[in-house]
This record gives sequence, C-alpha cells and structure tokens, in this order.
Amino acid sequence: MEKLDAVVVGAGLSGLAAAYYLAHGGLQVIVLERGDFPGTKNVTGGRLYVGPLRRLVPELLEGAPLERMVTSERVTLLSQEGSTTLNLRSESFRAPHVQSWTVLRARLDRWLGDRVMEKGGFVIPQKRVDGLLREGERVVGIRSDGEEIRSDVVVLAEGALGLLCEEAGLRRPLLPQEAALGVKEVIRLPEGSLERRFGLSPQEGAAHLFVGAVTQGAFGGGFLYTNQETLSLGIVVGVQALKDHQEDLEPHQLLESFKERPEISPYIEGGEILEYSAHLVPEGGWATEIRPYGDGYVIVGDAAGMTLNVGWTVRGMDLALASGRLAADAVLKAKQEGDFSQGTLAHYHRLLEESFVLKELRRFKNAPKTLSNPRLYADYPSWLHETLKELYTVGEGPRDSVGRILWRAVRKGPPLGRILGDLWSMRHL
Amino acid sequence: MSSQSKDKQGPPPSLYLPLEEKLYRVRYEIDSDHAHIRVDPEVCGQCREKVCTFICPARVYTQDPEDSNLVQVHYENCLECGTCRVACTRGGVIWSYPNGGQGVKYRFG
Repeated sequence: MEKLDAVVVGAGLSGLAAAYYLAHGGLQVIVLERGDFPGTKNVTGGRLYVGPLRRLVPELLEGAPLERMVTSERVTLLSQEGSTTLNLRSESFRAPHVQSWTVLRARLDRWLGDRVMEKGGFVIPQKRVDGLLREGERVVGIRSDGEEIRSDVVVLAEGALGLLCEEAGLRRPLLPQEAALGVKEVIRLPEGSLERRFGLSPQEGAAHLFVGAVTQGAFGGGFLYTNQETLSLGIVVGVQALKDHQEDLEPHQLLESFKERPEISPYIEGGEILEYSAHLVPEGGWATEIRPYGDGYVIVGDAAGMTLNVGWTVRGMDLALASGRLAADAVLKAKQEGDFSQGTLAHYHRLLEESFVLKELRRFKNAPKTLSNPRLYADYPSWLHETLKELYTVGEGPRDSVGRILWRAVRKGPPLGRILGDLWSMRHL
Repeated sequence: MSSQSKDKQGPPPSLYLPLEEKLYRVRYEIDSDHAHIRVDPEVCGQCREKVCTFICPARVYTQDPEDSNLVQVHYENCLECGTCRVACTRGGVIWSYPNGGQGVKYRFG
C-alpha cells in the first residue's frame, strides 16, 4: 500500500471527529477499527454535552442519533439507611449553548462513521492495530494483521487503555488510582413507563447521579440516564478502591445491590436487561500529563486522558470530539507545511490550550485529588441524611429546634475543622 | 434478588440476574483459536491477593480448582474493559485486544 496522509487508530468519537475533518480538508485518511462497526466496542454512561461543541464542530452532530435532551438534573446522596435527593429542573438547560443529550454509543458512533465515509474517509472495521511503525523516534505508520501501513501521521484514538501508546513508550501505563471501572446495564421498560416514572415529556431526559453507599463509601458513584426507550443504569468505582476493598466490592454485586435500593428499584421495575457492559474511565485528570503529540503522531480523547469528573458533571465525549477536531486542524497545517515533526504538531497542543479542552482540564486539575476524599462517599451522605431526617420526624414529644439539631449535628459529625477543610478543598470543583 | 415478578404471568424475571445469565445478554464472537488473555503462572503463584478474581465485572478469572495458587482464565466472557490489566500491577495479566471482529459486540454501548 502506498503511503497515506493519515491513519486513525480507533473509531470512537475522537478518532471519527479527527477523520471527518481530515477528510474534509482533502486528506487521504483511513480509520482502523477492531470492532464490526464503529461503536461495537464503545461504552458510555452516558451523556454528551453538546453545548461546548457548538463552535468547534458545528455541523458534525447535525442529525445525529442522540437519545434525550436532559432537562432534569438529579443527585442523590445515599446512606446505608436512606437518602437525600436534589432535583434540579430548568428550561434553561434547553439552550443550545448548554445542551446535553443522553446517548448510546453503538448507534452514535456507527452513524458518525457513515458521516466520515460520506466525506471521503475510509473506515475499515474488523481491523486491529497490533503496533506502531517507528523510524527512530518518529512514528511512520502502523502494523495490522502482518501488514504495514505507512502514513505521514498516525492519530492515536485507541481509547482509555492506550495499549499502543504504552507499548511505544509514548505514555506510561495507567495506574490503579488513575482509572475507574464503569459497569452498566441497558434496561428496557414497559412502554410509556419511562416518561411516567421520571415525570418527563416524550423528548425530555433526566440525568441522575448517586453518591455514597452505592460504592460502600469508596471513590465512585452510580448513574441513571434516560434514553429514548431504555435506561442506562450503572456504577463507576475507582480501580484502586476495588483493589483495597477486595471481595466486598465485586463490581457485578455492587451493581445488583444498587438496583435493589428503594431509590432505584421503582424506576426499573418490570424492566428487562438488554445488555451488560463494562469500560474503563481515565480519572487521573490533566495531572496525568500525557504529551499528546510527537514526531508523526497525535493522541486524542480518552487515550490522552481527556476526561473531566468534577462531581456534579462528568465529561469525556465532548472533550474527545473537540480534541479530534483540533488534532485534525494541526495535521492539516502540518500537511500544508509538509512537516510532520513534533515541532509542527505541537500546534495541536496550542489549539488545545486555546480551546475549552485544556482550559477546563487545567482549571479542574486538582479535582481527582479532591474527589478521592473518602469522607465524601462515607461520612457526609449519612451525616446530612441523619440531620435532615430529624427535621421531618414528628413523634410524641416536641422535637428539637433547628438550631439544636444543627448544633448536635456539628458535634456528632466529623470535627468542624475537617469539614471546613473539606469544603475549602471543594471550592475549585 | 427480586421476587416480585415471580408471581406474575409472562416471561421469567429478567431484571435481577446472576452474572452468568446476564452475560447471555451480551453478544460475543468467540475466537476459539486465540485466547487474548493469559496469566503468568509464575506471578500468580507468588500472588496472594489475586485481585483479578474479584475485580473483573465478568469474572473472567477464577481460582484454579486443582491448584489454588493458580488462576484460570475464561477469556470468552471478557467485556474488554482492561480493568484487570490496570489492577494487576505485578504484570501477571498478559492482555491484548481480541483479533479484529472477535470478542464482545455491544449493541447499545
């Protein structure tokens, strides 16, 4: 095979976005995907924030098979015995510049793959990339099924594990404290019950996050997203937390216990599991500091650690799409200059810096550390619940005044200094 | 486990399932010629925690019934998340993606 302009490894959101804009810019590009179609190996929670992407990838998602627009944000703090829920509904979540949609990746990625083909890019499925071709430090192509494919640039969009990058020494392996395991079920509900149970109109969606006893107090949480006709229900738990807790935190068991909680079971009653899935989530934030470019290559999406969990919001797919677009821009510039060395491809890094991608990742670079605080998952959800519960408990005698209840809560809870310290550390989230 | 749906007519309960049955709801194409996961018996023999046997969401790794120091790999159930590879910092899990077109095939994702 003659030398191509670009080879993209992996047909996820970042790889497909890169391929789309490379093809749009007139480059000869192929996407190699190990699954049968784009999306058959990909999993999200999940919700895609399209608001941030409006300017960066304006036409890319037009007509995309998204599920429901999220108009209702819910968060539940679970203790062993009960829970406290916040339900935030706003018409303003519909505004184009802040919109978010629930998605299912098998549908979305396959559709996006077709868009790449329409632009003149080639998506080649059932093709696993086995290694990178190197000439000295430079990446000059890939190896797949004993075949060598050479290209001016390789776009590494291989996903969270980053096996090729790791093998070639372009990034170090993920550490257990930098990754979380997501386990999910897609559940079909009896017709019409989704809207009824969540109080939604046919187009609206809800995003519900759960913190606390869902992970037995370990780093992580639960999620429930409404799709068009199904629910995405799952948990995410830190890999280090899973290691530390050993048998008590078996992922499948955790998910089953979560489903049996009275906060969850009424939502899914009468439903049927259509699929069970698992995926790794990079949680190291930008502190992981992967240099996302070098001689002859760029790294995009999860493979570059571009995810952002700040507790209230969990993002990754918008960063993936944006990074793919920006990588394409940098490669197109390199093509113009006829130079694919790291000096030219460093332009990708500059574009990331100027865009929301690195601005957000940098602003929240301490989020992983803040969110690794075990008190957020163990002490506080039950403490808040116990305190609020007293206000709503009417028995025989007169209950204590709010002031007294709060005072007792302060004395019973973690030391005040520690609470203030934790609040202080959370100010940047 | 839920018992609510038991007294109702209709299809068997399909919401609260043991893992083995849940995995039946995942589509796979199994490459019987090529196991994409191996473990290094020398590392496993020295390993007491055996993180892989409880961390995997598909229970791909089980204790070898004949030698409790060793680990058996049921690679055909693998959901390809790679958690085992990150968790086993001893390097006992030798893990690659299945060959192109093989392995798990998510229909929803």
